[in-house]
Amino acid sequence: MRKAKKFFFFIIFQAAVLLFFFVHSHYQIKGDYPSIQQKKLLVRDLDLTDLCLFTEASYTRHLTQADRHTPFQDSPMALEHFPSGSIVSPPGGLKR
Amino acid sequence: MEPWIERQKNILDFTLSSLLRRKGKNLALIFVYAFIVFMLGSVLFFTHALKREASIILQEAPEMIVQRTSAGRHNPIPLQYMEAIRKIRGVQSVRGRLWGYYYDPVTGANYTVMVSQNLKLEPDKIVIGEGISRTRLIFPGDSMEFRSQDGTLLSLQVHQIFPAASELVSSDLILLSEEDFFRLFGGSKELATDLALGVRNPKELSTIALKIAEMFPDTRIILREEILRTYDSIFDWRGGMMIFILAGALFAFIILAWDRASGLSQEEKREIGILKAIGWETSDVLLLKFWEGLVISLSAFLAGIIFAYGHVFFAKSPFFEPVLKGWSVLYPDFRLTPFIDPAQIATLLFLTVVPYTVATIVPSWRAATIDPDSVMRT
Repeated sequence: MRKAKKFFFFIIFQAAVLLFFFVHSHYQIKGDYPSIQQKKLLVRDLDLTDLCLFTEASYTRHLTQADRHTPFQDSPMALEHFPSGSIVSPPGGLKR
Repeated sequence: MEPWIERQKNILDFTLSSLLRRKGKNLALIFVYAFIVFMLGSVLFFTHALKREASIILQEAPEMIVQRTSAGRHNPIPLQYMEAIRKIRGVQSVRGRLWGYYYDPVTGANYTVMVSQNLKLEPDKIVIGEGISRTRLIFPGDSMEFRSQDGTLLSLQVHQIFPAASELVSSDLILLSEEDFFRLFGGSKELATDLALGVRNPKELSTIALKIAEMFPDTRIILREEILRTYDSIFDWRGGMMIFILAGALFAFIILAWDRASGLSQEEKREIGILKAIGWETSDVLLLKFWEGLVISLSAFLAGIIFAYGHVFFAKSPFFEPVLKGWSVLYPDFRLTPFIDPAQIATLLFLTVVPYTVATIVPSWRAATIDPDSVMRT
């Protein structure tokens, strides 16, 4: 088989895998619907305000509830005591 | 049409043979290129999916949170505030939230301790998140001991564990009864941590917030819209480490493209000279270099994107775990729903494949327009 043909097959294979991921994404979103609903219900029933992403510091665990005395106030680019504080942006409400 | 396709195929054949002659260098190039796309793609997939999931889940968050601040810090709010706020026209419900943090010296983890107004629990019973169960190796029926504010040990029985699918919101959560909350943390029953409000008409939110701020100047109001905005801008490219990750990848890519654009190797120049000498047109040489750029960039781009998707949505982003974990002992084990944005992939394609291909053509055009004799002699 000539090299050009082999290359085309290789690119078509890669594109097909990418296309498969789009299809996978579509069906996985549908499949995850019950678990997303479950999380929504939990947020509603428990009056939750934040995602549990970083548990190391209170202002990154409850990012939206952080008061004005959090290290974010130094500057968004300031060196943080806790590593997660360097990754996330300050809460929207504090930027008013 | 047929001769045109055949010409492209022939030139592509020649391109591939030429690339295979420098197999080691080109494979290394594809590997580095694919790795940059993989890093950028992983960041894009992860942040987009997380933001989308947050925007859906947190739509059910309280419409308004009223905190009391004292000396710039969040302080418990008196329940009398609740009565006054309830009388404001448009306010549908006011609930006092009781929550706080508990540091577990056994594991070194921080837990979020909360009382639910809707799910009433019997005293001495708790519901815990999957993350706590995993870290402490405790299961329904087991007891968990806490050191209360007066130094006594409080033993509470695990009644239930939150479903693993909800770890993104409940991993570090401990739900207990109001009675146990006060036994653990002390405090007055006349105080709540903050207030959660329900409002009849969302258009009235800002008016109600203004009225509360006027009535109680020591309060701070957090609207649901702000909660959603916070998670929409989380991992913002402008903020924190994200700019360093993206800038690092971008500079690596610029160096890669610059290396190509700054000039051709002696061997490549000689190859162009020979091709011109045996009768290739300048346009043929440019076409050859176009295919060369496309072969490398397209195959590396597709490989990078494929691995990025697998990394984020199948393998749960193990490369990001150390960064996200930080010093946390308790880290939620969640699988993101693969919300992907085709526009982001298209942007990444445009920002990587096009500049690289162009960067390959420009120096070749310069080499192809000079005299083949002088190119071969140098």
